[in-house]
Amino acid sequence: MQIYRAHVLVCGGTGCVSSSSEKITSEFETHLNNNNLANEVKVVKTGCFGLCARGPIVVVYPEGCMYTMVKVEDVKEIVEEHLLKGRIVSRLLENKHDEEGIETSIEGVEFFKKQLRIALRNCGVINPEVIEEYIAFDGYKALAKVLTEMTPEEVIDSIKKSGLRGRGGGGFPTGLKWEFTAKSKDDQKYVCCNADEGDPGAFMDRSVLEGDPHSVIEAMAIAGYAVGANQGYIYIRAEYPIAVKRLNIAIEQAKQYGLLGKNIFGTDFSFDLEIRLGAGAFVCGEETALMTSIEGKRGEPRPRPPFPAVKGLWNKPTLLNNVETYANIPPIINKGAEWFAGIGTEKSNGTKVFAVGGNINNTGLVEVPMGTTLREVVYEIGGGIPNDKKFKAAQTGGPSGGCIPASHLDVPIDYDSLIQLGSMMGSGGLIVMDEDTCMVDIAKFFLEFTVDESCGKCPPCRIGTKRMLEILDRITEGKGKEEDITKLEILAKNIKASALCGLGQTAPNPILSTLHYFKDEYLSHVNDKKCTAGVCKSMMQYVINADMCKSCGICAKVCPVKCISGEKKVPYVIDSNKCVKCGACMEKCPFKAIFKNV
Amino acid sequence: METVNITIDGRKIQVPKSYTVLEAARFANIEIPTLCFLKDLNEIGACRMCLVEIQGARSLQASCVYPVSEGLVINTQTPAVREARKVTLELILSNHDRKCLTCVRSNNCELQKLALDLNIRDIRFDGDSTEMPLDEFSPSIVRDPNKCVLCRRCVSMCKNVQSVAVIDTIERGFKSLVSPAFNKSLNEVPCTMCGQCINVCPVGALREKDDTDKVWDALANKDLHVVVQTAPAVRVAIGEEFGMPIGSRATSNMVAALRRLGFSKVFDTDTAADLTIMEEGTELINRIKNGGKLPLITSCSPGWIKFCEHNFPEFIDNLSSCKSPHEMFGAVLKSYYAEKMGIDPSKIFVVSIMPCTAKKYEAQRPELSSTGYPDVDVVLTTRELAKMIKEAAIDFKELPERQFDDPMGEASGAGVIFGATGGVMEAALRTVTEILNGKPSESIEYNSVRGIDGVKEAVVEAGGMKIKAAVAHGLGNARKLLEKVKNGEEYHFIEIMACPGGCVNGGGQPIQPSSVRSWIDLRAERAKAIYEEDKEMPIRKSHENPRVKMLYDEYFKEPGSHKAHDLLHTHYVKRENYPEE
Repeated sequence: MQIYRAHVLVCGGTGCVSSSSEKITSEFETHLNNNNLANEVKVVKTGCFGLCARGPIVVVYPEGCMYTMVKVEDVKEIVEEHLLKGRIVSRLLENKHDEEGIETSIEGVEFFKKQLRIALRNCGVINPEVIEEYIAFDGYKALAKVLTEMTPEEVIDSIKKSGLRGRGGGGFPTGLKWEFTAKSKDDQKYVCCNADEGDPGAFMDRSVLEGDPHSVIEAMAIAGYAVGANQGYIYIRAEYPIAVKRLNIAIEQAKQYGLLGKNIFGTDFSFDLEIRLGAGAFVCGEETALMTSIEGKRGEPRPRPPFPAVKGLWNKPTLLNNVETYANIPPIINKGAEWFAGIGTEKSNGTKVFAVGGNINNTGLVEVPMGTTLREVVYEIGGGIPNDKKFKAAQTGGPSGGCIPASHLDVPIDYDSLIQLGSMMGSGGLIVMDEDTCMVDIAKFFLEFTVDESCGKCPPCRIGTKRMLEILDRITEGKGKEEDITKLEILAKNIKASALCGLGQTAPNPILSTLHYFKDEYLSHVNDKKCTAGVCKSMMQYVINADMCKSCGICAKVCPVKCISGEKKVPYVIDSNKCVKCGACMEKCPFKAIFKNV
Repeated sequence: METVNITIDGRKIQVPKSYTVLEAARFANIEIPTLCFLKDLNEIGACRMCLVEIQGARSLQASCVYPVSEGLVINTQTPAVREARKVTLELILSNHDRKCLTCVRSNNCELQKLALDLNIRDIRFDGDSTEMPLDEFSPSIVRDPNKCVLCRRCVSMCKNVQSVAVIDTIERGFKSLVSPAFNKSLNEVPCTMCGQCINVCPVGALREKDDTDKVWDALANKDLHVVVQTAPAVRVAIGEEFGMPIGSRATSNMVAALRRLGFSKVFDTDTAADLTIMEEGTELINRIKNGGKLPLITSCSPGWIKFCEHNFPEFIDNLSSCKSPHEMFGAVLKSYYAEKMGIDPSKIFVVSIMPCTAKKYEAQRPELSSTGYPDVDVVLTTRELAKMIKEAAIDFKELPERQFDDPMGEASGAGVIFGATGGVMEAALRTVTEILNGKPSESIEYNSVRGIDGVKEAVVEAGGMKIKAAVAHGLGNARKLLEKVKNGEEYHFIEIMACPGGCVNGGGQPIQPSSVRSWIDLRAERAKAIYEEDKEMPIRKSHENPRVKMLYDEYFKEPGSHKAHDLLHTHYVKRENYPEE
């Protein structure tokens, strides 16, 4: 086997790929060749490192230097300086410089300090397209152990003891789910993986599948053994082409190695796996809709009971877990249930992966032990809010979740604490909002999403969410009445109680939680026709401060509707009747003389 | 039967383990409102009207699909349940074209009844509503998306029962529509026009094409000789439109009402049914004797014919070439009758009162105009006739005793039973066995082909041979039977009716709400009346009908004659399902 003195890890996650990490990889290969280093330094395309805001990311070992925002042009310098001459390119280092000098290793990067990567353990470490690399990091060891040393009951017992709960949103104890499916008697059972991640801004599952597809495959085989299924399906959205590609490669490799297929590890256990592509309907993340879609029908939920563990895919007992849940299984088997149960809080064990976005510096993917506070995630891992704006709220659980206001920044993130605050863990979307956010507008944003994604089967969701959106439209357009708030409350409460599936039942949550924490904002929209955050255009005007205006005329030039007039030495004026409130003038004014009047 | 103990509204009861909460409530005389639910057909928990509180459940549950289990505690009337149902109903109403006063289903609308029952006095959540053009291009069925409540009963009927599947939900969310693919017209897709979708629609979103004005105009036209004929199934159902119990026979009232409406003659399609048996029976005997294509399959049901032309063109040569009875009758009226009465056939206007919507389509088939004029000018459904009777302010229940007109008013019991599944088969067997045996049969009732089993079979010995027969009703069953034939099962004679239960449950029959349909088998109740009618007929075999004999003596000479072929037989064509544009 070829031994290399150094490894260059280039992030191959979707984010970095879209900012040309593939070009960077080939550039490295070119320059390594040019410098005769091809036999000494190996370039590895890995999964996501998580610090997406600073991509493309390149990490060079053995030093563990993390270079961020690397451009194709930087590659030559890294090769010639770092790899050839051993001089670290400090201008590209992510590490913070302090008085004592530079801590050059990735370990010193603030972003990673409070993280604990279990589900993401191999992301950014191995090449997901090479099964040997997965195996070298204990891959398929858990499957071997399960098949050769454990009974299905022992496996289930171990998962139960670990305290692992579903990472897809509901937080149902995984071990129990396995046990229910195992106990259902049938000649055919199925194991499914929900990779239909659909929350706006969420990409936890995508990253796991892109960075470590084998961990999910291995876990599904373990699950198949535990519940008595010999066939698995991964339902993944077609919008994840890289994940689909790597999964396909991984399944092929696993089959070649005899890790999928007949008589795995020479045992009686056989397990096969197929991919089913979803067309991107959010509702297909709901378990019954997902299975209906796998069956080739219109992806719509059906009432439960019967639960999938009793009647699932093609009416056969079916186990359905989410990608991240599966990714936790091999380490639990390898390191023991007690190890896993020791991480996190009493009722929420292990870690949780979050896709952190919105008004935050370190947009990206983080994995933290349960119980980590929101403040730690936002201010330490997330690097705080850009432009030193104030934190207003964070939305967890996506369109099904709710917001957590600044007064609860110290909430430990676990299933039960978030529910108590009227939000939910969800699958791991975490959107940070600063003081310039209008909470009515945020509720409207999420509701627009659910209205679009409602399947239309039950009236509370089909018509009810639409009516709530119409009311929010009225309120944000300055046409709301106080009775509209009452109507919103009635609708939200009843849709939550009446809708057929989780999508509809949770659709009112963004409204309920913003109404709970920010009712004054609703009231000021309705009563005073004011949007204090200055977001709702109908309630806001752009004005030019006459004292500050230098009459340069730039604003008039950029105005798309030509509603700004003025002349030399006379302050310019905006005709608010014609203004479309695009904000171009304010952005371009060199003297910061244009303001929003709310 | 295994039972479980449950508590419902504080009452402890024991119910079969297979029950849903809705069934358990019904068992306990507790009414729960429903809208999308139709027993065995549509149990999908979509409309959320039947929500109840289940102790321990996170949200309210749809009782129509929630299975009972030991110790289950259910509350059907709590403030939360009442409010949820009311809000949901208001939401449904907020996107419903609420033109109740002019709606064909006014007073027979499940949504209207719900609004009344739940005491809806105000719709608090008005907003955008669906505004789509009506689909009026089909000769049989009008589809009104603006009244549709998306309960999907029609979808289930079309797909799961009829296996036709030309309508389904398209788009999603608020834009969801029940529609043919790509929002095409029902007229552009392989719809069989059976109208079963209409019968299960809780509102006025699906209805027959109203042709009553054409009939009123004809009746008012002094130049026209307007005659009417009524199918056997109409008389055992039309009473329901006037508050008579299901399964009431109203033959006399119907005839009297038709005469009051001003028709010159009121004829009985059953006479033509007897004629059909003579022609079809002869066709069967000829095919068996001369090695013709078997099995012979009946052709009385135009929905079935269209289904066959679209989906099983390989069976077109198996179809009997006989026109359906009312078309035969139309042709006879515009030829033999016209000559006999000395009326110019162009002045004869034939109206058929049918339990069927597909017959509206059938009447427009260009080949069904043997005399140069359409055999039948207008087809009205049972429902449309009831509307005309109401419009004319005729007190249906209080009418003098009346009988069908001559010269073709007499029919046999065999003609009557055409209205129920297995009836055509039984009528044919009554005649064919006697012709083949050359002597009267001992028993003329063939119970093996009666009843509501989806596919029925019978083996009858006649003329030294065994005639193997099969009967299917409902197009899903027809599909099953034809697949069986394709796989090598051999029959001599097959009867197929498009509608489940045959014509008594045709797409043009009175509509009963889910609250009735779910628990009473309309097919069986109406068929019972048909068989009663048969039993009371003095003549019960087609070949013994003196009017039919007269027709052959005076006009056709013998079954299958050249003239009979010209007037009483037809042909079929293979039809594309979704032709490329």
